[in-house]
Amino acid sequence: MEEKQTSSPSPLPPGGPWQRVQLARHPRRPHALDYIQRIFTDFEEIHGDRAYADDAAIVCGMARFMGAPVMVCAQQKGRDTKQKLHRNFGMPKPEGYRKALRAMRLAAKFGRPIVTLLDTPGAYPGIDAEERGQAEAIAVNLREMSRLPVPIVVFVIGEGGSGGALGLGVGNRVHMMENAVYSVISPESCAAIIWRDAGQAEKAAAALKMTAQDLAPLGIVDDVIPEPGEGAHEDWDAAAANLARMLEHSLASLKALTPAQLVDERYEKFRRMGSFFSETKSATLG
Amino acid sequence: MSWFKRDKPAIAPNAEQDRTVRAEGLWVKCEGCRQVVFRSDLEKNSNVCPKCGFHFRLDSKARLDLLFEEPYETFDQSLASTDPLSFVDSKSYRSRLAGMQQTTGLTDAIISARGRIGRHMVNVCAMELRFIGGSMGSVVGEVITRAVERSLANRQPLVIISASGGARMQEGLISLMQLAKISAALMKLDTAAIPYISLMTDPTTGGVTASFAMLGDLNIAEPGALIGFAGPRVIEQTIRQKLPEGFQKSEFLLQHGFLDAVVPRTQLREYLSKAFDFMAG
Repeated sequence: MEEKQTSSPSPLPPGGPWQRVQLARHPRRPHALDYIQRIFTDFEEIHGDRAYADDAAIVCGMARFMGAPVMVCAQQKGRDTKQKLHRNFGMPKPEGYRKALRAMRLAAKFGRPIVTLLDTPGAYPGIDAEERGQAEAIAVNLREMSRLPVPIVVFVIGEGGSGGALGLGVGNRVHMMENAVYSVISPESCAAIIWRDAGQAEKAAAALKMTAQDLAPLGIVDDVIPEPGEGAHEDWDAAAANLARMLEHSLASLKALTPAQLVDERYEKFRRMGSFFSETKSATLG
Repeated sequence: MSWFKRDKPAIAPNAEQDRTVRAEGLWVKCEGCRQVVFRSDLEKNSNVCPKCGFHFRLDSKARLDLLFEEPYETFDQSLASTDPLSFVDSKSYRSRLAGMQQTTGLTDAIISARGRIGRHMVNVCAMELRFIGGSMGSVVGEVITRAVERSLANRQPLVIISASGGARMQEGLISLMQLAKISAALMKLDTAAIPYISLMTDPTTGGVTASFAMLGDLNIAEPGALIGFAGPRVIEQTIRQKLPEGFQKSEFLLQHGFLDAVVPRTQLREYLSKAFDFMAG
């Protein structure tokens, strides 16, 4: 909420996957709280996981969308150095995922829809995060999100960094902003593994098919939300308005479903993902 | 007469084994205690060092053979990836797959089986580390999900033996979505109160740890296995310091409360049998 928009020119050319990666990480790109303050009213933040700490890289809160109560859970990056450190560069720790699950269960208990905004380079890879069970925290979220009997609408607004993003990403609808990316690995890490050179990230970004335009045909992303001008950084209000329209549409389409149908629909959506195999004849084991 | 070229063909040597005693492979150096161990002693002891208890890695087939007393059936062993992204790095994913299929005799990094453990018919999925680092793409995701569904349909306990570097890069986000797909299936198993035990072996990292490996009714591991979300190299690069001794090993996770037990390989069958007796009577 503390972040103010200032316009800055961006000479980035449109087009390829690498440009989209740059736009997704653009220093002036709207972050979760920038969307939240434009789309929702009466936002009241919920802090802490009731077990260890409050993780500032994940922001959760009660809010109203067009007057109706919703729970918002979002990954939050900082803009200046101080904020970046405070938000841990948008890299959540286990307590962040556990806080989000607590907030989402609260929403489910009172029958409120859940909106999540994904924007993280990845879950934090550090000693303390490992000690407190980073993997376990994400795993539990994946399982528990799949059984919440309320509508869940997911938006990838910037960087969808692998498991760290997916930890809030199991929804009835999964949408991506036009210049957002969503990937199993960062292009830099991918390039470092394949070509032993992080400088080849541009090639990796193309190979990984991580843009919204690449992912929609694969059935992983439902809709691609248009961004104003050269990208969302040019006009935060317009970007937020486009996202709000999609949210309105998604919630309306889920309104008629019963709690059981919501769970089933979400299950079937993910059950179908990755039907990219064929039956071969070489069953060799006995 | 030729001084430099042989006129007559050389005397063909007999088969190799006639002339030499093959000593190679008879002895193994233990990575744990650095002592030399007689290979047959090692194999008799489930590939656990008889001197120090170090657990050597096992391939998926050997694990299943060790786990089941009787013959077992396998399922879905013919599913193969169709390379949805047409991924090419130093070589194409297609040719990488073909090579791996040749060397391992598997179509992907997993064997799905069903057999008896104690009094229970159990579905067991064993990951194959040799197949592109045991990475999980759409085939591994589908095979495990089908095993979960089979457990659900027949009310049979499930065991997943993990050995993996995580999600498979060559299938991009489709691999990542397998985490959600399997975890959702496990939600159904959980709701139906059908036992699921996750066994982590060396190494279990990345997306596999961040999904089904950590979702067992019991999460157990072999001694000394590397288990974590981020790999040690990634963490070292992030924090720019050396990691403490024993970090991310089974015993470390046990100490921090993320494992129910560290179970030596030689006691695994008994442990599973007892646990399923408790859960499924």
